[in-house]
Amino acid sequence: MNPALVLPAVDLRPILPMLVLAVTAGLVLVLDLVPPRERKDHLGFISALGVVAALIMTYWMTFATGGAELRAFRGMVVMDAYALFFNIIIGYATGLVLLLSMDYMRREGVESGEFYILVLLSSLGMMLMASAGDLIIIFLGLETMSISLYVLAGFFRARLEAGEASMKYFLIGAFASGFFLYGIALIFGATGTTNLDRIANAVTAGAGRDPMLVIGLGLLLVGFGFKISSVPFHMWAPDVYEGAPTSVTAFIATGSKAAAFAALLRVLLTAMRGAPVDWPMLLWVLAVLTMTVGNVVALAQLNLKRMLAYSSIAHVGYMLVGVVAGGALGNGSVLFYLLVYTFTTAGAFGAILVLERAGHEAVRLEDFGGLATRHPLVALALSIFLLSLIGIPPTAGFVGKFYLFGAAVKSGYVWLAVIGVLNSAAAAYYYLRLIVYMYMREPEGAPTVLAPSLSGALALVVALWGVVQLGVAPGPLFDLAQAAVVPLLR
Amino acid sequence: MAYLLTLVTFLPTVGAVVLLLLPRRQEGTTKLAALVTTVVTFVVSLPVYFSFNPTVADYQFVEQRAWIPSLGVTYHLGVDGISVLLVLLTTFLMPLVLLSSWTSVEARWKEFAITMLLLETGMLGVFVALDLFLFYVFWEAMLIPMYLIIGVWGGPNRIYAAIKFILYTLTGSLLMLVAILVLYFLHGAATNTYTFDLPVLARFVLPGGRTQDLLFLTFALAFAIKVPMFPFHTWLPDAHVEAPTAGSVILAGVLLKMGTYGFLRFCLPLFPQASLHFAPWIFALSVIGIIYGAWVSTVQPDIKKLVAYSSVSHLGFVVLGLFTLTPQGLVGGIIQMVNHGLSTGALFLMVGMIYERRHTRLITDFGGLWTVIPAFSGLFLIVCLSSIGLPGLNGFVGEFLILLGAFQVDRLAAVLATSGIIFAAVYLLWMYQRVCFGEVTSEANRRLVDLTPREWAVLLPVLLFIVWIGVYPTTFTAMTEPSVQALITQVQSKAQATSAMLIPR
Repeated sequence: MNPALVLPAVDLRPILPMLVLAVTAGLVLVLDLVPPRERKDHLGFISALGVVAALIMTYWMTFATGGAELRAFRGMVVMDAYALFFNIIIGYATGLVLLLSMDYMRREGVESGEFYILVLLSSLGMMLMASAGDLIIIFLGLETMSISLYVLAGFFRARLEAGEASMKYFLIGAFASGFFLYGIALIFGATGTTNLDRIANAVTAGAGRDPMLVIGLGLLLVGFGFKISSVPFHMWAPDVYEGAPTSVTAFIATGSKAAAFAALLRVLLTAMRGAPVDWPMLLWVLAVLTMTVGNVVALAQLNLKRMLAYSSIAHVGYMLVGVVAGGALGNGSVLFYLLVYTFTTAGAFGAILVLERAGHEAVRLEDFGGLATRHPLVALALSIFLLSLIGIPPTAGFVGKFYLFGAAVKSGYVWLAVIGVLNSAAAAYYYLRLIVYMYMREPEGAPTVLAPSLSGALALVVALWGVVQLGVAPGPLFDLAQAAVVPLLR
Repeated sequence: MAYLLTLVTFLPTVGAVVLLLLPRRQEGTTKLAALVTTVVTFVVSLPVYFSFNPTVADYQFVEQRAWIPSLGVTYHLGVDGISVLLVLLTTFLMPLVLLSSWTSVEARWKEFAITMLLLETGMLGVFVALDLFLFYVFWEAMLIPMYLIIGVWGGPNRIYAAIKFILYTLTGSLLMLVAILVLYFLHGAATNTYTFDLPVLARFVLPGGRTQDLLFLTFALAFAIKVPMFPFHTWLPDAHVEAPTAGSVILAGVLLKMGTYGFLRFCLPLFPQASLHFAPWIFALSVIGIIYGAWVSTVQPDIKKLVAYSSVSHLGFVVLGLFTLTPQGLVGGIIQMVNHGLSTGALFLMVGMIYERRHTRLITDFGGLWTVIPAFSGLFLIVCLSSIGLPGLNGFVGEFLILLGAFQVDRLAAVLATSGIIFAAVYLLWMYQRVCFGEVTSEANRRLVDLTPREWAVLLPVLLFIVWIGVYPTTFTAMTEPSVQALITQVQSKAQATSAMLIPR
């Protein structure tokens, strides 16, 4: 007689939102095989529903359990308030991207079921990174996310830039993964574990002096640096942002960045708590370099996708300010800013994506000449997103920056805050330039037209709601963000 | 009454939303709706004047509600003798400005009106906010409508002017944001209450020395750019010249006052010792501004640019008065803010009227207007004289009080500043002479139409107050005096407390 198969008792609650995404992805995979074959709208719709379900699940877990920590798989997966908050960010990012993609991909002639599956799986990887309690799980999430994104970035198969984007993203991403994995190996060598909590214990017990650990941490930071595209690891961003489908660009700019920040902060706050490494000083330099280089180069961009790529680099610099500041306020403000940034950036890319000119996407500055007269609502929406990117009240961008720089001032980094606000002032120039084109110049040549898209409009409305609501009443979500990081700061 | 200030502040926004929903084709309805909104706002703001208790120094019509409790941000509104006149000036000027734009704004009237109404909310918010966070929100939010007004409805070089305007002010105000945060955390660390509430922060005695000096300088930079004081004034001529008439009037009438108001409301009570310490430097910059602005005005070939530079000169007087820290100087400064809003506002309105007729503003294109359009020329003369400071008109009262205050504190600065009045007579009267007297030099001017009833309606209310303040200023000065006295006491006692803290070291 065969012995009964004994399954280990696995608590699935901590991975519920991820399970929902995985099941949705599987469902879409199957449905892709059955008719109707010529249209794939329904798949996008189902995917979006899956994301909404995951979001609802996340909200429910946040409020029902109060974000109490749940662990599974021997502490490899941790679902705490911190992970839940990132699930909210990633959920919104994925939902907005799906909504934006539905009509857009068909218009561009590359609509297919895989697209939605890849977005869902990538989102799954992001959520996994946010709730990883182990370096191996971070890596697993990172690869799940990245490999899907490499494919998504090259989705415009027929275009040369898409090939370049995908290839570049893949090669550099593989390098980053290599660094990351090597870092994990060194840390494992120094501490004998890949579990974040046990690394923390080993570090406090004296492994912190081990040069191997320091080098390992350095390599991890390099890997993360690529993923969040901080200077000097940002070179891939503009080309990838330009060549990828615009909705994927939005996804890379928001979701993947949030996930990388989630893992980065968790490693720094838990595993490296006792490390005698002065990483705030290192990040101080990185923050200044990242925002300055991002903004200065963005000033010279005439292609909007490239401009927003450099601007997103600059925004990483602002967020690093919060990491440097540390504490509940500093780290909480990073989480809050990521949420703000997700709505704002997804909205900005969304407003670009619903427009086309002479059969092409409207991505050059001159395509936006006189947009305010022809499409006042799109122009208004895009202006609000741009004002949020500058940080003008009462938009969410202002509150986000206010918290970030406030945290810096509180921790005594007044000069960092000064450099940050001066950067914001310089950045205002290139965002305002787009407003100048929309409102103060006359259209030239072929008209820029609106590609009708109900789902795209819905995405813009959701993003606008986020930007306005977080700007006018930031209290509740900021408190949530702050409460999410407090348990990590033990 | 409990929500009076909220009502006044946000009525224009409500009007803007209504306008947004009106169909674009019905231009007449749009115009009327915008005008009605501003008139109603003015009427609703009148109780702020009539129910204002002029014997109390404290804030009145106070509203306070929690906004972001975790940060100590409250929705705190109130007016006192320092801000009440500015609130009324704003609500008073808005309908006139819209009326003046009736035909001069040719394109996108609806968007123009919406932008103006949002701007009004921003400006009123700045004057009534008593929470630094709230103040900053209004202060920054107001930049965007003004940017659009210059950039969309302005003259040929408008985009350059608009960008210059916003980058200048944004840089100053973002640095001020850091200073606000530093003050917030200093106060929080010292007292363990984290708050952005202005009355609370104003009671906090900041240690003297470098920190207070740097904070003062950062706030002062933001306000000096806004005023603008020499040498931060270079954005002003561009912005004024390119802006449409309505933009110029609001810019001169209200926006510049935000800088001087900021000095008064924030710099003096928050950083008293640094204010006293840097007062001589501020005097120096003010006097340079007064004289330099006047000299540069004298040689301008363009009337609008002349008026723009005269603002630099006039606001030099205001800042000079504020930093004398004498009752006369402060009251004079506040009254002069209003005066400048009325006189320079009227000058811009009249330049706009003549521009609408001739599409030129060059002095050399005019001459002998008195014979062609006597009513216009007559009113223009009164407004010019008011701007110069002729006794009996409003400008005299403010400048006289300021100089009275200045003589008690710094005789040299006062003497030099007095010369500014003489120069004002030079540039304004010389301009007036070339524009209105003599022979009609250009054929195009012979067919000019005199003031229309609408233009009379725009100018007469302003003229009423120009004369009223000139003849019986007590109606207005009486409201400001208790608050001014309280402010001076507060600044001096806090400065003493700061010095007392320094001695043990």
